Amino acid sequence: MEKNESEMITIYVMGKKHLVPADLTIMKAMEYAGHQFKRGAGCRGGFCGACATIYRTKGSYKLQGALACQKIVEDGMYIAQIPFSPAEKKTYDVRELRPDASTFLEYYPEIARCLSCNTCTKSCPQDIQVMDYVQAALRGDVEEAAKLSFDCLSCGLCAVRCPAEIVPYNIAQLARRLYSRYIVGPTEHVLKRVEEVEAGEFDEGIEELKGMERETLQHRYETREKRL
Amino acid sequence: MKLPYYPGCTLKTTAKSFDVSTVATAWALGIELVELPRWNCCGTVHALAKDDVMHYLAPIRNLVRVEQMNDEGLVDDNRVVTQCAMCYNTLKRANQSAKEDLEKMTKIRDFMEKEPNYRGSAEVVHMLEILKKIGFEKVSDRVEKPLSGLRVAPYYGCLLLRPREFGIDDSDKPSVMEDLLGALGAEVVDIPFKSKCCGAYHTVQMKEVAADLSHRILSQAAEAGADLVATACPLCEYNLGDRQKEIKKIFREFESIPVVYYTQLMALAFGQGEEATMFGENDPDPRPILKEGGLI
Repeated sequence: MEKNESEMITIYVMGKKHLVPADLTIMKAMEYAGHQFKRGAGCRGGFCGACATIYRTKGSYKLQGALACQKIVEDGMYIAQIPFSPAEKKTYDVRELRPDASTFLEYYPEIARCLSCNTCTKSCPQDIQVMDYVQAALRGDVEEAAKLSFDCLSCGLCAVRCPAEIVPYNIAQLARRLYSRYIVGPTEHVLKRVEEVEAGEFDEGIEELKGMERETLQHRYETREKRL
Repeated sequence: MKLPYYPGCTLKTTAKSFDVSTVATAWALGIELVELPRWNCCGTVHALAKDDVMHYLAPIRNLVRVEQMNDEGLVDDNRVVTQCAMCYNTLKRANQSAKEDLEKMTKIRDFMEKEPNYRGSAEVVHMLEILKKIGFEKVSDRVEKPLSGLRVAPYYGCLLLRPREFGIDDSDKPSVMEDLLGALGAEVVDIPFKSKCCGAYHTVQMKEVAADLSHRILSQAAEAGADLVATACPLCEYNLGDRQKEIKKIFREFESIPVVYYTQLMALAFGQGEEATMFGENDPDPRPILKEGGLI
């Protein structure tokens, strides 16, 4: 069956008007309109968090956030990409930290400025309770902070919206690191596998893969689940 | 009786013994404190500025959670129990403001938009008020190991009693802690500075101010013959307790005196053991003096 011709709608990319098919994602619509992504695009599957976008829709004062590869365009939408949110990357050795509130406050003291306004939660394209995990970190509940933030992609939209200038995704990452290091702890199957790797049990297999033709390798990859 | 319980950040971090002994002693009295499933910082001092609407979001949001708990049937009581004096003061004042200041509430509602509105049905109470309501006789009935011979100076600090209209007791002549300690079998030592300031947040940048003020309070307690000081505020506990190291640097003749939460003494009198009393968390350690008195 022939596909119906797509309805065309108007979008504004950084103020410039474009006519684009109505069923495209923001990312595809922008490419349709002639934009080429050098930054702000990654997996195109909603997993990497590279394509953070802010937009407003017709007749609404609300400034909303989305992943460009996931959100379908709407008529009259104003769009701007936020390919990067400036944030200082703290370096720490997770083996030397304590899984409590003082660690969060030491590296990110600004979390004490949280107003509980919930703007971060409202801006999250992953529907994460961002404010709740920042608050959990503030009271040293590492497990809660790690679990609530599990789906975070570090897209940065919460960080650009926070009126207290907190970078929530950094808190989330620290929480998950502390959680896996001190609360879950090392898991036996991982330790066993590391031992196997170090003992060279997979060396032969790797060499075999390295020497394969591209087609064979692709076939092996595509049928990997079945072979297991 | 199931009551919504708002512990606050400090009871989950540096004042865990206050949290644990609170829940344990309430349980012993037939009160189940149900922690709010979702809660955020109370807003602390910032929320006390009358014209700062943004900072009211934090306390109001917590009160919304109390209403949600009731709606969901997790509790059937609109009174949210607080224990930290700062949380109590902040939430209580914000609640009052929410009921009186319609302009402020409209702004908050407009900002919160699709989130549930605060209907104004929650009541903020302090655990000491709950204990007073159920009656100190009932507390006394539950005592297994009376604190006989233990001389305790109750210390209120500021936030439980002031401003006057938000106080849990008479601002000038409070007696609720005295009555409670009496019910536990302790000997109450009255000190004139029991509601003087401990130095509060000066402890962050001007610790000598906190040390000086705390020194006056503690010296009075020691002169009056107290074995230890009982408090209901984590910041007071810190300034009066942990800051004794600074006090000693300034006042060399100062002799340390343990400072504990009133709930720790309740747990002790209820015979609940170190698991509930958590005296190991206090600095200075109150256990030697309790041992001396044959209480542990």
